[in-house]
Amino acid sequence: MSVLVDKSARVVVQGLTGREGSFHAQQMLEYGTKVVSGVTPGKGGTKHLGVPVFNTVAEAVHETGANASVIFVPPPFAADAILEGVDAALPLVICITEGIATLDMVRVAAAMKDSKSRLIGPNCPGIISPGKCKIGIMPGSIHKQGYVGVVSRSGTLTYEAVDQLTRLGIGQSTCIGIGGDPIIGTTFLDAVKMFNGDPDTHAIVLIGEIGGNAEEVAADFIKKNVKKPVVGFIAGQTAPPGRRMGHAGAIISGGQGTAADKYKAMRAAGIHTVQSPADIGSTLAGLISKRDGKAKAKSKVKASPKRKKRKR
Amino acid sequence: MKIHEYQAKAILAKFGVPVPRGEVVFKKDEARAVAQRLGTPVVVVKAQIHAGGRGKAGGVKLARSADEAASLAEKIIGMNLVTPQTGTEGRVVRRVLIEEGLDIKRELYLSILVDRASGLPVFMASAAGGMEIEEVAKDHPEAILREPIHPATGLQPYQARKLAFGLGLAPEVVSAAVPFFQSLYRAFMETDASLLEINPCVVTGDGKLVALDAKVNFDDNALYRHPEFKELRDLDEETPLEVEASKYKLNYIKLDGNVGCMVNGAGLAMATMDIIKLSGGSPANFLDVGGGASEEQVKNAFRILLSDPNVKGVFVNIFGGILRCDVLASGVVNAAKELKFKVPVVVRMEGTNVEQGKEILRSSGLNFTVANGMKDGAEKIVKLAGGAR
Repeated sequence: MSVLVDKSARVVVQGLTGREGSFHAQQMLEYGTKVVSGVTPGKGGTKHLGVPVFNTVAEAVHETGANASVIFVPPPFAADAILEGVDAALPLVICITEGIATLDMVRVAAAMKDSKSRLIGPNCPGIISPGKCKIGIMPGSIHKQGYVGVVSRSGTLTYEAVDQLTRLGIGQSTCIGIGGDPIIGTTFLDAVKMFNGDPDTHAIVLIGEIGGNAEEVAADFIKKNVKKPVVGFIAGQTAPPGRRMGHAGAIISGGQGTAADKYKAMRAAGIHTVQSPADIGSTLAGLISKRDGKAKAKSKVKASPKRKKRKR
Repeated sequence: MKIHEYQAKAILAKFGVPVPRGEVVFKKDEARAVAQRLGTPVVVVKAQIHAGGRGKAGGVKLARSADEAASLAEKIIGMNLVTPQTGTEGRVVRRVLIEEGLDIKRELYLSILVDRASGLPVFMASAAGGMEIEEVAKDHPEAILREPIHPATGLQPYQARKLAFGLGLAPEVVSAAVPFFQSLYRAFMETDASLLEINPCVVTGDGKLVALDAKVNFDDNALYRHPEFKELRDLDEETPLEVEASKYKLNYIKLDGNVGCMVNGAGLAMATMDIIKLSGGSPANFLDVGGGASEEQVKNAFRILLSDPNVKGVFVNIFGGILRCDVLASGVVNAAKELKFKVPVVVRMEGTNVEQGKEILRSSGLNFTVANGMKDGAEKIVKLAGGAR
């Protein structure tokens, strides 16, 4: 299993005919993702990359049974695109677009308050359940199907961590890029809850960065509820206060949102923190082999002969 | 985007927020003329820089005559003001605001910003005006009133009253506070501000509310909706290299170390700074060349990195996704040929087309150090740049 997306995902690409939309829809199709439709207002009735294009998301959903959308429209139109996806009752809306005005997202968040749709992003690489479905812009080739859930505010830093895992032979159940903006649809807490409830996610990698307190909130939940091993890293240990480090949400302001505070909360929650981004993979590998060693030792003594060996 | 106090006040005045009468000047003689025009017994001479803490640093003075205003302006213009927000190098004052003096009875703190956790704008108010709000928040968090605002309804009168009575204002001042607070909220929303702070907002002897100071920051992502704000930008307040980088849509922040870094992606760029530090070095900058960098952008990025005299080596750390490693490698090679690098360069590449990228570097005949992984790269560049500092 995996969280949020698997082989049953049917994807509508909002902004399919644009440069970014075209490029990444092609990549998704090559990965095996079921891209069933695209939306570009005014181009309804045409086909692009062999995929039917519609004028509205509602039509695309009605005609092609899409159950997830991915948004590649430019920032001034992205909030509108999110709300159109939500209005079409899509369970999952993933917004890749970077640079959406914060007050646009304030309105989107308020409008989505009692919505059944889940928004991922904006300003994120998307989601991948390796071997099953990729909805986003991450390079599919560095991933490997497996049992580690990865959640991160960053794009390339997530690729870095995933690459480390894959090289060590450790696969991933699902990797979720939640996005680098101050207001995002799915938080660390949401992602951690999903991974905790997924029987096929055996361990979690949490990659945070400076700004806000979402890492602390997730750490508090982990402390009380999560028994799966968690590895944590925070980017921006050397970032100066008061400066926005690329991501709109990555800023230490008024002494809040420092890496030191986040590490403290993570350590207090029993998360295995790493100071170096190069140690993410090896630290997780150590935890898994230790736990498996224990599990094996235990099973020798206690497990009944009928019990299936745990798959890894 | 940051603007000056006098610019913020001009914007607030358009939304009906009462501000002191005043004018900005660049020369001492203009200061005298403005003080005469204002005609109040006391005028205030305020240094205009994009940083707080000006008063304590000597950038805000009272003058009792037009001549005194002129001599104070002369002293303050050209002064290098060092405040907790400017860093140790300080900031040179180029303009001063000359304002009427007011009869101040009380000082309040007011601000509006977006609360990340709730996703809503929050109006914050405190009776401890004139103080740094971070200090109030640390010692007396209960002294800060917070009113979340739903974007569909805006700041309602009852919410403004709740804040005003909470501040202990007299009933006749409360009735002035309601439209005052609502105007602030409208200004915040309609200018796409990321922060609006009035510290202090004063109650005068005759019971009026006036925004004595004003700080407004705009959301960079919304500037396309406000082309008129372009002319408010003061390039003197920005680091020259950062101004240069912004021309090429490069996300560059200058730091004070000796290892330049060029990275794609903000998270990886921060992590690269961190690993340089862990390896005993010190990052000279944050630089995110972005997801779709071209050869031209890579070249400009190098030019900017190398024009910082502190840079003794450059670490290129790229995880190719959308940005292909071969494009990056050609950019690095061309930049090296054109700019004639004098400092060592360590390149670490991974991801899309990495083999082609490495081949381009190898066959260039130039002296790059190729690293295997982030850690190896960081250790190599710290050593080459002259070791730990």
